[in-house]
Amino acid sequence: MKTVLKLLGYELRNVIRSRWVIIYALLFLLLTDALFRFGGSGSRVILSLTNVVLALIPLVSIVFGTMSLYHAREFIELMLAQPVSRRSLFVSLYGGLAIPLAGSFILGVGIPFAYHNAILGQEAGFAILLGTGILLTFVFTALAFMVALRFQDRAVGLGAAILLWLFATVLYDGLLLLGIALLHDYPLETPVLGATLLNPVDLARVLLLLQFDMSALMGYTGAVFERFFGSRTGTLVSLGALTLWAVLPLLRGLRQFRRKDF
Amino acid sequence: MTAPIAAPALQLLGLGKRFGRLGVLEGIDADIGAGRVTAIVGPNAAGKSTLIKCVLGLVRPDRGTILVRGQVIGTDPAYRLAIGYMPQGAPFPENLTGREILRLLRELRGGVAELDEELIHLFNLGPELGKPIRTLSGGTRQKLNAVVAFLFRPSLVILDEPTAGLDPLASAILKEKIQAAADRGVTVVLTSHIMSEIEELAADVIFLVEGRVHFHGTMEQLRSTTGEQRLERAVATLMRARVA
Repeated sequence: MKTVLKLLGYELRNVIRSRWVIIYALLFLLLTDALFRFGGSGSRVILSLTNVVLALIPLVSIVFGTMSLYHAREFIELMLAQPVSRRSLFVSLYGGLAIPLAGSFILGVGIPFAYHNAILGQEAGFAILLGTGILLTFVFTALAFMVALRFQDRAVGLGAAILLWLFATVLYDGLLLLGIALLHDYPLETPVLGATLLNPVDLARVLLLLQFDMSALMGYTGAVFERFFGSRTGTLVSLGALTLWAVLPLLRGLRQFRRKDF
Repeated sequence: MTAPIAAPALQLLGLGKRFGRLGVLEGIDADIGAGRVTAIVGPNAAGKSTLIKCVLGLVRPDRGTILVRGQVIGTDPAYRLAIGYMPQGAPFPENLTGREILRLLRELRGGVAELDEELIHLFNLGPELGKPIRTLSGGTRQKLNAVVAFLFRPSLVILDEPTAGLDPLASAILKEKIQAAADRGVTVVLTSHIMSEIEELAADVIFLVEGRVHFHGTMEQLRSTTGEQRLERAVATLMRARVA
């Protein structure tokens, strides 16, 4: 545990020094501020931010996560020759990346909300936006580690990571809609429900939209979820499923990491 | 091929490792004597580095057991406290400075009353420690690599091609350091392609070919087995015998 904290502290310093997380935070800051200046009220800004959160957080987390694990190869070799267990090292590498990424997002969105005095009255929406963004960061950093450990070649790994992002954010919904269109004569509620659980981005979307009572806007998936679960249960189920989406790839990554030869 | 007389600091029992279809280690048995300098020699791709990385736990062997000072190494990484390691090619993180690396290692290891910083002074490495690794030459990195291996006064030092990339002066300093450590009772395991260096330093030789131990004994035994006085010729004779 002490080793984890030491390594984590070191990793955090290193990631923050790389400046990428600062640029990432500034991006959210500028965007959120701009939305306030153009759009006005807090609820509308939150709604506008949902689509950014759903696309940008997975992309940045998976690309940054994959690259940084390939980049850490020498560091891993150096550390594993010390009295450091593989589990401690893996946990520190993961935390050292996911925590600053999530922190950048929280600050980048939170600061404009604070100085525009927009949190009051929007507590629930604001909390769910931040919570979803944090969870997505942890999910896609875990997926990134899984991908980077699976492929030796970093070009292949990066390609696989981007494909995975594309699949989760765009292709999956397209295929789902295609399936629904082709099979519109059949009762599809339950299968669609299951299909939503299988994609973390869809889960995050349901989470956000159930909260804002905007399920109708997002068509079939949201409507089905609301009808089946009602708002509260739906939120809990999708929260739990999204957490699983972070935990399972992380455990799989740890298994790969413990078996890997360096 | 008798094993060295001294009690083993490192024991390898039936060590095997495959990378995919390629068998790299095909059942290695060896007792490496405490307080002795053992050289692992062999042609390229004989499995020397893989063998070393198995001892460090960087490579997971498929079968076999490794004992460091009589203790089977398992999942507890504490045994590495006793080991100083100099990997091939000095793989350090590019963005860190030498000083940051040393500080991090010190934080992780702790507990050493007095660090052995002699090599920093002998290599005159002080001015280079503030620069990021990526700006350092291969030779300077290798010097830092040597510093790290000896810094925590380990009782077992494992050196993979220690003098590769070093200039003659630095190379001589490092060899003296290795010799002095051995004289103090530190166990040294090293690989090298420079036969004169091994003749100078090693008491025992392990000759590895295609993942198997082909010869393991003292330098004198190697000379009498092959009938050659020079190590270079002795190894060549062994290799020819192997091909024939």
